[in-house]
Amino acid sequence: MKQQELLNIPPFTEGIDRVDGRLKVTGAAKYAAEFEVPGMTYAVFANSTITKGTIKTIDIKAAEKAPGVLAVFTYLNAPKVPGYETGGDPSKPPSGGGPLKLFVDNTVKYNGQPVAMVIADSFERATYAASLVKAEYNKEAHQTDTSKVLDKAATPKGSRFADYKRGTPDDWQSAPVKLETEYVVPIDVHNPMELSAIIAHWTADDKLTVYDKTQGVKSTQNAIAQAFKLPPDNVQVTAKFVGGAFGNALRTWPHEIAAVMAAKQVKRPVKLVLTREMQFYTVGYRPYTWQKINVGATADGKLTSIVHEARAQTSSFEEFTEGTVNMTRFMYACPNVGTIYKITPVDVNTPTWMRGPGEATGAFALESAIDELADKLNMDPIELRIRNHADIDPQNGKPFSTKYLKEAYQMGADKIGWQNRKNKPRSVQENGWLIGYGMGSGVFGAGRGRATVKATMQSDGTLLLQTAVTDIGVGTGTAMTQIASEVFTGIPVSKIKFELGDSSLPPSPTQGGSMITSTVGGAVHDACIALKEKFQQLIGNGGTDKPDYAQVLKDKNLPQLDVTITSSGSSEMRNFSSYSYSVHFVQVKVHPKTGVVRVNKVVSVADSGHIVSPKTARSQVIGGAIGGIGMALMEEGVIDHRFGRYVNADLAGYHVPVHADIPQIEALFVNKPDYKVNPMGAKGMGEIALIGMSAAVANAVYNATGKRIRELPITPDKLLG
Amino acid sequence: MKQFQYVRPANQQSVLAAIAQPGTKIIAGGSNLVDLMKHGVMAPDKLVDINKLPLRNISGISNGLHIGALALNSQVAEDQQVKTKFPLLSQALNAGASAQLRNMATVGGNMMQRTRCPYFYDTAMPCNKRAPGTGCGAKEGFNRMHAIFGFSDKCIAVHPSDMCVALAALDATVLIQGKKGVRKLKFTDFHRLPGVTPELDNNLAKDELITGLEIPNNNFAQHSYYLKVRDRASYAFALISVAAALDIHNGIIKDARLAMGGVAHKPWRLTAAEQLLKGKPATVANFEQAAQVAMQGAKAFKDNAFKLKMAPASITEALTHAAGLA
Ligand SMILES: Cc1cc2nc3c(=O)[nH]c(=O)nc-3n(C[C@H](O)[C@H](O)[C@H](O)COP(=O)(O)OP(=O)(O)OC[C@H]3O[C@@H](n4cnc5c(N)ncnc54)[C@H](O)[C@@H]3O)c2cc1C
Repeated sequence: MKQQELLNIPPFTEGIDRVDGRLKVTGAAKYAAEFEVPGMTYAVFANSTITKGTIKTIDIKAAEKAPGVLAVFTYLNAPKVPGYETGGDPSKPPSGGGPLKLFVDNTVKYNGQPVAMVIADSFERATYAASLVKAEYNKEAHQTDTSKVLDKAATPKGSRFADYKRGTPDDWQSAPVKLETEYVVPIDVHNPMELSAIIAHWTADDKLTVYDKTQGVKSTQNAIAQAFKLPPDNVQVTAKFVGGAFGNALRTWPHEIAAVMAAKQVKRPVKLVLTREMQFYTVGYRPYTWQKINVGATADGKLTSIVHEARAQTSSFEEFTEGTVNMTRFMYACPNVGTIYKITPVDVNTPTWMRGPGEATGAFALESAIDELADKLNMDPIELRIRNHADIDPQNGKPFSTKYLKEAYQMGADKIGWQNRKNKPRSVQENGWLIGYGMGSGVFGAGRGRATVKATMQSDGTLLLQTAVTDIGVGTGTAMTQIASEVFTGIPVSKIKFELGDSSLPPSPTQGGSMITSTVGGAVHDACIALKEKFQQLIGNGGTDKPDYAQVLKDKNLPQLDVTITSSGSSEMRNFSSYSYSVHFVQVKVHPKTGVVRVNKVVSVADSGHIVSPKTARSQVIGGAIGGIGMALMEEGVIDHRFGRYVNADLAGYHVPVHADIPQIEALFVNKPDYKVNPMGAKGMGEIALIGMSAAVANAVYNATGKRIRELPITPDKLLG
Repeated sequence: MKQFQYVRPANQQSVLAAIAQPGTKIIAGGSNLVDLMKHGVMAPDKLVDINKLPLRNISGISNGLHIGALALNSQVAEDQQVKTKFPLLSQALNAGASAQLRNMATVGGNMMQRTRCPYFYDTAMPCNKRAPGTGCGAKEGFNRMHAIFGFSDKCIAVHPSDMCVALAALDATVLIQGKKGVRKLKFTDFHRLPGVTPELDNNLAKDELITGLEIPNNNFAQHSYYLKVRDRASYAFALISVAAALDIHNGIIKDARLAMGGVAHKPWRLTAAEQLLKGKPATVANFEQAAQVAMQGAKAFKDNAFKLKMAPASITEALTHAAGLA
């Protein structure tokens, strides 16, 4: 009955407008750094200018004397963070090691690491005082160049990262058609518009309020509570709006703990906003990853074996890991598959998840390699993919809960005009430009986690939904409102309020991994159903399905009626493999003389279940495609390894696409529900919107020019080389 | 940022008096200077805001056009006289920065903008231009954006302006006001090569003010083209840019002007190539030949060898467009 209800939704409703759209365009939406607390002070860091070594001397006298300065903290005088002393990690690393602890000793582990923190009565005064801090160092030899230490890469701890082997993958060497290629994805930096920001305000000796740029208010709450040995309830975390994050606010970073420490010490609220430059040095990035793919196939294009190896950078103090090679295990029906994943430490800050974590890197390699194979076989790359379509999950033999990848290929091919593509590269020229078509696919696990939602019918008939999730800009509030409105047909959207971004609300997971629509949406759905049932019981038999809730409450003399429901995925899910898929189609033009690449057309198709919120879903796909174009054509954090410093740590030097780079992007949806994952039949789409896009662009560039660029980004110099 | 004083004199005389003092710096649109102050690259004690001076006008003069030093980049780009007489300048301006920046940036500030070399910008790295004697970080470092002409052992930075490339091609003259009076400088003599004094970008003295420019009339309006090759479609500095202007009669090139950006410490005028084109038919083959001549003496570093291919290709491409053969 529950499913019936949702199946009645017309498949392509326009969808509701963004519920917070007006607040955002009028500037009324408040981001972390925009809150004002009486008595605010401002924190600014002085950062290391060496990459590795120890602080010999650090002179803070001039900074302390500068106008407006309240305190200057270094490892010599900073009060101890209680959780640090007992080894409690404020934020657990993904695999091994531990996060950097600021101001605990004199070691420098990466360039740009904070060595002192100035607290002053204005941001400008703090900035000036920080420039007066003078440190001298004992320098040690450093290594920031991952490409130089690939041979030192080792398998990370934990069984998840052990080498994978199915059949006899090394058979590729004796296959009738074989391919052996290497790919490199450089450091990509998240660069969301909103800079990392925190306001820490101790309201009592053992209680504090924090306004934080975070993707998870509950995880920030726990991290701070652990670091300061407080009951979690004593830490109030607010993140009502997040100005993009793409993964870099998934962790609670050391500088956030430092701000909380400083606020305690100066007994005033402290606001800390990182500079754009510091975003490069201290809040993670997509790691540099070298990959090797070996493929064996029959002459008619049946894959017989694939070996996919990835070696990625991590920091010297933490193991950062991601699922770079995982999709190769199940994307295509191939009997013999091996994957190897290794990491190698360099003297940089720890990388972190960035949109399409792991898979975006892996898909560049795999989907480029499939294109290379198609070229070798002189076969249409879609045809090659269809010939190797995995009908069941080749990893474990399980059926897919749903999979409409073939439909997605067809929809995208029709829309972009794939029939105009010539299999032979460099065969189309228009107005002096070479024209090429390319495609690539993406995949990401579709799951459902646990979340708690409180649903309250208020006396005026307004439905209030509350949970501690954040909205990193994707439109979570809008999607949740839409889901509730579909359960509570009859209640207008304007009378549904979704409250989020507050750690005192019922728990929800951190926004990441394309899980929120499924997880929180599932809980919203279940809470709404439960509340409806509660009303039915109240009204008794014979009541209408769409009562006047305000009237019912009045009649029963109730101020309100609420339910709090915790729900998660069904155990049935374990019998299936569940993924979201994307297929990206791109037409590019390349100037044969200058090497300039421009994207003419993009069609991205998502097979991500039922689309619960068409407008915000479309925005997700467009945003992901733009991110993918950036990754393909321009993004690269460049380090001068002699110094260990970035040479493009700003938005003039680190390029992301601008409007002029982006053509019309068509977002298409298969829009077929997957009820195994959740009652709405919805699957995640944040990650797949980007995964595979860079390969689609690279494949289109090859089709246009006959030049295969295996190291991103594809800048004009590489095409001239 | 260091604390500083700020004055906004009402007349030219007071500006000249103020800038004669040590530690002072002129501010116009502020789009380059404020950035550099935030990075600690420049740390003046006192800013002298010249925006009250009546230097915003663009006006016709007997033999050409006069443009005030405070005319905004966007204003010049959209000016009807500029668009008709010197479309090359309009195109070059519109190829630079972003609409927002062009609305702040002035002609004088654009000429005086400093290099975008990352070693110049990062005070934790060596740079002879910022801190003479510390060495050149770029020479053995990241030098993808750097010079292939006219560099020295001390500095291989490039001048980042687009506007200046067009002005170098258009034979503009710079009007400079000093305490002793006005002097005129050929635009191509305004910027310097780094030599042993890379800290000096140009030949303007500390106590002098740029008041404007003069561009002489010419016959290039029909056949001119500004090509900017860059890593993204907008809002990026040039890998290579070319200002090409031709005077063509019956298919024969009567006169030519060519300058390149992104290749040297100053806008790089290509006089040998211009000479070669004079009197020749406007054909792609001749443009290619001119491009070869233009490249004589070019030398690349580790990361910018691509410019040795991209530059001649861009010259040919720009000339082809200018001649209407594209
Ligand atoms: C992100 C970004 C991208 C950019 N991209 C481009 C690009 O693609 N192409 C391009 O050409 N430019 C680009 N620019 C640079 C831009 O053109 C300059 O910042 C601008 O032209 C400077 O003008 P201003 O009036 O703001 O100068 P200000 O910042 O006010 O001054 C710059 C310098 O000029 C001096 N000065 C100003 N006026 C006078 C005068 N009348 N006499 C003597 N000295 C004077 C000042 O003392 C100062 O040293 C970019 C800038 C930014 C920030």
